Amino acid sequence: MLELRKVSKSFFPGTPNERRALVDVDLTLAPGDFVTIIGGNGAGKSTLFNAVAGNFLIDAGNILLDGKNITFLRDYKRARQIGRLFQDPLAGTAPNMTIEENLAMAYLRGIKKGVSLGLNKKDEEFFREKLSELGLGLEDRLKTKMGLLSGGQRQAVTLMMATIVPPKLLLLDEHTAALDPGTAEKVSELTRKIVERDHITTMMITHNMQQSLEMGNRTIMMDEGRIVLDLKGEERAGMTVDGLLALFRAHSEKEGDNDRLLLS
Amino acid sequence: MTLFALQGAVELGLIYALVALGLFVSYRVLDIPDLTVDGSFTLGAAVSAVFTDAAHPYLGILFAVAAGWCAGMVSAFLQTKLKIQPILAGILAMTGLYSINLRVMGGRSMVSLLRVDTVFSPVSGLPLGKLLVALCVTLLVCLFLVLFFRTSTGLCIRATGDNETMVRSSSINTDRMKFLGLGLANALVGLSGGLIAQYQNSADMNTGVGMVVIGLASLIIGEAIFGKPSVPRNILAVVLGAIIYRIIYAFVMARGMAASDLKLISAVIVTLAISYPVVTDRYRLHKLMKEAAKDVGA
Repeated sequence: MLELRKVSKSFFPGTPNERRALVDVDLTLAPGDFVTIIGGNGAGKSTLFNAVAGNFLIDAGNILLDGKNITFLRDYKRARQIGRLFQDPLAGTAPNMTIEENLAMAYLRGIKKGVSLGLNKKDEEFFREKLSELGLGLEDRLKTKMGLLSGGQRQAVTLMMATIVPPKLLLLDEHTAALDPGTAEKVSELTRKIVERDHITTMMITHNMQQSLEMGNRTIMMDEGRIVLDLKGEERAGMTVDGLLALFRAHSEKEGDNDRLLLS
Repeated sequence: MTLFALQGAVELGLIYALVALGLFVSYRVLDIPDLTVDGSFTLGAAVSAVFTDAAHPYLGILFAVAAGWCAGMVSAFLQTKLKIQPILAGILAMTGLYSINLRVMGGRSMVSLLRVDTVFSPVSGLPLGKLLVALCVTLLVCLFLVLFFRTSTGLCIRATGDNETMVRSSSINTDRMKFLGLGLANALVGLSGGLIAQYQNSADMNTGVGMVVIGLASLIIGEAIFGKPSVPRNILAVVLGAIIYRIIYAFVMARGMAASDLKLISAVIVTLAISYPVVTDRYRLHKLMKEAAKDVGA
């Protein structure tokens, strides 16, 4: 499904501030895989997503989606097949447009855009039905401005927008981190439901160890731009939060040693 | 002010409303402060005058619209493909257009249309003729805009001004939307310039100076008085704002004020309108702090 071959990316190359954000990353996802990604700040998780989504061109390597090389494809063209959610609930929706206009925008994905009406009666019914799936009572508020919804509501609608035309790949960048625990739980549950129903290949960044093991079928840990741990199958089933934390700490302590060496 | 002067003000207001509608598209919908307008207005006037003089007034209007569209495209190209900030891109386009406009007018700073027919000639005998022509054109443009913003492309342009990241992740090329939006905005400005040239029977090199601010003032006046958060309502508000602006203009002129002073007034109107929220916030904060100080004292 998704294949990364020796993908590398550096920021500020050739300066004292050079940072190698991705180093020869190899990663292959099978169709229907739901991978959770953990790692400290600056480990390269978001950079990995940006590389896949096409926010920048990578320095070396290849990215293949469904067997097609997308390494040099522009971001908005990749977006036809890749859905993405950010940590910021405000990032994924247009605040000054109504809920139905936002959904209509998302629904345009992959459809030829032209002079057809942006909103029609048939779509409205469909949007109403889709919104009622969220169970937030938004189906009666189609004409409400998006900016008036709470963060949790907006993130739920963004999730719906990203999957209203099921993408080949869904990227979730800590999409519940900015929500209160109750809402976060609801959005996670919704994510699980939609991903399972539409068999969407998914990658999810999370800082919640519990969640990283509970959700999905595979967990990878990143550190210093590399994938340092890839858990799946029985090994993953046997893994506990404590075990994962120990592994996590082992890696960060190793870094700490490096720092101490540098400083001494 | 006489009824005759009022009618003239409304006629001008209807024609200048097209500039305000253009700014509605670029500044309000796309959220881009587009300074190309100063140049594309004169360009429209120049092209219209030259073609009216040499060929036919309708041809003049048609080419004025096309020329405005092209000016918008140049500005969009600078902003999107060459990544120049919108304000600077507008200034560059406007400055470049000055030379082009002079070329179009054959090196003269004014082209006169005294002995040729214009689009207003057929109705010049009727008492409300010019008003009707201007009204028809502006209403048609309004109708077009209302319908256009209901299409999926129109929806995409609106969303581009609201949250560009979201639009790109909906697999829509936001650069293309900016090309379309700025092209449309400046085509409207070109149309306005083209009509003004034929209305006043002359095109002047300096006719576009300060047009951005005049357009913005009209837009803001209209929104403040008639605006509602819906696209059709706002489009109507913008047209009414432009008419009110022209009536104020005529009134001030009748009082013997210099016409050149009105640009300063326009600038002040725009400044006040845009800074209004900041000023009221400061005032509220000031009041809160005063009360808090009183509480502490007691």
